[in-house]
Amino acid sequence: MATRFTVKGLRVSVEGKEILKGIDLDIRGGEIHAIMGPNGTGKSTLASALMGHPKYEVTAGEALLDGENLLEMEVDERARAGLFLAMQYPSEISGVTNADFLRSAINARRGEGNEISLIKFIRQLESKMKELEMDPELAHRYLNEGFSGGEKKRNEILQMMMLEPKIVILDEVDSGLDIDALKIVAKGVNSMRSEDRGFLIITHYQRLLNYIRPDYVHVMMQGRIVKSGGPELAERLEAEGYDWVKEELGIIDETVGQA
Amino acid sequence: MSTQLNAPVNLENIAALSQGRGEPGWLTDLRREAAALAGTLEWPKPEKMRIDRWNLTALGEHRAPQLAGDLKQLPEEIRASLPQDAANLVVQRNSGVCYRNLAEEWKAKGVIFTDLETAAREHGELVRKHLFRTVEAGEDRLTALHAALWNGGVFVYVPKNVELDVPLQAVFYLDDPEAAFAPHILIVADANSRVSYVDRVLASGAGRTAEAVHHSVVEIVAGPGAHVRFASIHHLPEGVVDLSIRRATLGNDARIEWIIGDLNHGNTLSVTKSDLKGNGSSSDSKLITVGTGSQNMSITTHAVHYGIGSESEMESRAVMRDSATAIINGVTKIEKGASKANGHQTERVLMLSPKARGDANPILLIDEDDVKADHAASVGRVNEEQIYYLMSRGIDRELAERLIIRGFLTPTVGEVPIEAVRGELERMIEGKLDA
Repeated sequence: MATRFTVKGLRVSVEGKEILKGIDLDIRGGEIHAIMGPNGTGKSTLASALMGHPKYEVTAGEALLDGENLLEMEVDERARAGLFLAMQYPSEISGVTNADFLRSAINARRGEGNEISLIKFIRQLESKMKELEMDPELAHRYLNEGFSGGEKKRNEILQMMMLEPKIVILDEVDSGLDIDALKIVAKGVNSMRSEDRGFLIITHYQRLLNYIRPDYVHVMMQGRIVKSGGPELAERLEAEGYDWVKEELGIIDETVGQA
Repeated sequence: MSTQLNAPVNLENIAALSQGRGEPGWLTDLRREAAALAGTLEWPKPEKMRIDRWNLTALGEHRAPQLAGDLKQLPEEIRASLPQDAANLVVQRNSGVCYRNLAEEWKAKGVIFTDLETAAREHGELVRKHLFRTVEAGEDRLTALHAALWNGGVFVYVPKNVELDVPLQAVFYLDDPEAAFAPHILIVADANSRVSYVDRVLASGAGRTAEAVHHSVVEIVAGPGAHVRFASIHHLPEGVVDLSIRRATLGNDARIEWIIGDLNHGNTLSVTKSDLKGNGSSSDSKLITVGTGSQNMSITTHAVHYGIGSESEMESRAVMRDSATAIINGVTKIEKGASKANGHQTERVLMLSPKARGDANPILLIDEDDVKADHAASVGRVNEEQIYYLMSRGIDRELAERLIIRGFLTPTVGEVPIEAVRGELERMIEGKLDA
């Protein structure tokens, strides 16, 4: 069955304040959707709420991945159902090596009795790290501890490549990356494009979309998707900024939930 | 105040027992004097923990086993915890030693490794010179009672310049709930020698439901340039109170490395101290504990600097579950005259339950100007952001927590230099976390 991810009427609050005011998305396997928008418009909230961060309270809506409502699942169940979020600020975990963590994550997905063999795991890990031009030493370091910003982002992409999810959300994966690192990350993402995998790329800037060409672009303001289009929309936003969208829609303050 | 020596452990019994075991007169006298002293002294008073409220009366009766010629006579679970190669091993069951062996090559080099009772008979002068010198019988009620009542035990002597490249191992186990269980460990490392010693303290069979007291004292004398590595894992059941005092005296350029796993299920007093008497002497301690159930623990590591340029390093990590309480003390004392001394200590406590209590108490006492000393202490909970991150990769909450807890202990456990001890520590930690 081809992957299909449908978000319907998603409303989310943080500490009693509504941030997302009804989000609808329909992503099919093979498609890349980009969500763009200025800071404070709810983009990252969407990513975190879909993953199930405890701070975000879903008040309405559903998020169906191949017919199953992710919003009724625990965070780990969402991941095992095929959702992956490359985080903007990944946690550092002392005492747990990157390799041990990845193997635990892969085995959690495969289930007891079906664990990946160590040799196969190492072979895969080494080859993906090479693709991402990561220092092999990072496999044996504690998870994200002492990693540079760029190393953390590559490590997120590495996890995505190892876990082979059905739906990938990249939350500002381009922030803090220099152009070379950006190209490597984009290459990693492009290598994962396939008919049974959909992508949702959240970004502030258009430059990432020069390397990962989206099929659809959505603009988010005030906790809603206010405009959708093809890749040409991203190009216009890059060239002209967001003001014309605000003007067109009569929006004065595009942010949401700010004090 | 009357003594808490239970009948039939009274003064006459102590003398009779000592004579019955063929102990030299000086040792009988030492025991008798210590017993008399016990009644006049108080229990130790560690910070924020009233150990005198613990059940300290069940000191047990003398129950010494037959010496076994062969390890096969030991219970299966004890054998399972033994090293594959039992060449250098002493095993104490209840009140006496039931197995002892030292490889011929070490005997030929003058190494002594036997139970302390035997050593007192066969190497009287050497034992007498060092016994209850590093830890004195008259310090408090605990040391006095122990001096009067100790049994079995271990004696290690490593002659000058002899370097043992295999660890000496000991197992102390209780399988008779009525038995007195009080090993005394005396390690004497002569100048420029090297030795590693590893022991385990546990209960088996009926010992596992015992209401008893295990009291032990470790004395280590490291001569000039000697290097002693001491590892000890305690894994006693809920009903057994563990009172363990460990102390090393270090000569010039001597070094002690302590590896302590306090993994009991019952109340525990654990005091590990290095007296850095020699110039250039150094100590390193790594301590791991996991508090479970409703146990109370007072755990202290302590370094006292007397020598010029002496160095101490202490690292203690505790994971606290259920409604357990642990007071983790780290004391670095630098005496006047110990210039260029350097003391560094860290205590970290990870709280897993709102009902658990864990205190980290770093204490620096410095009477000399030209020194370096610092400490770091923290008490924290498992970070929910970290749990979320791991879960977002498909790992369930339970495993996520376990990875984080393991990760908390790994920086200390991973540094344990003897692989077999490291494995055993990991196994017992997992056991306590699973319970």
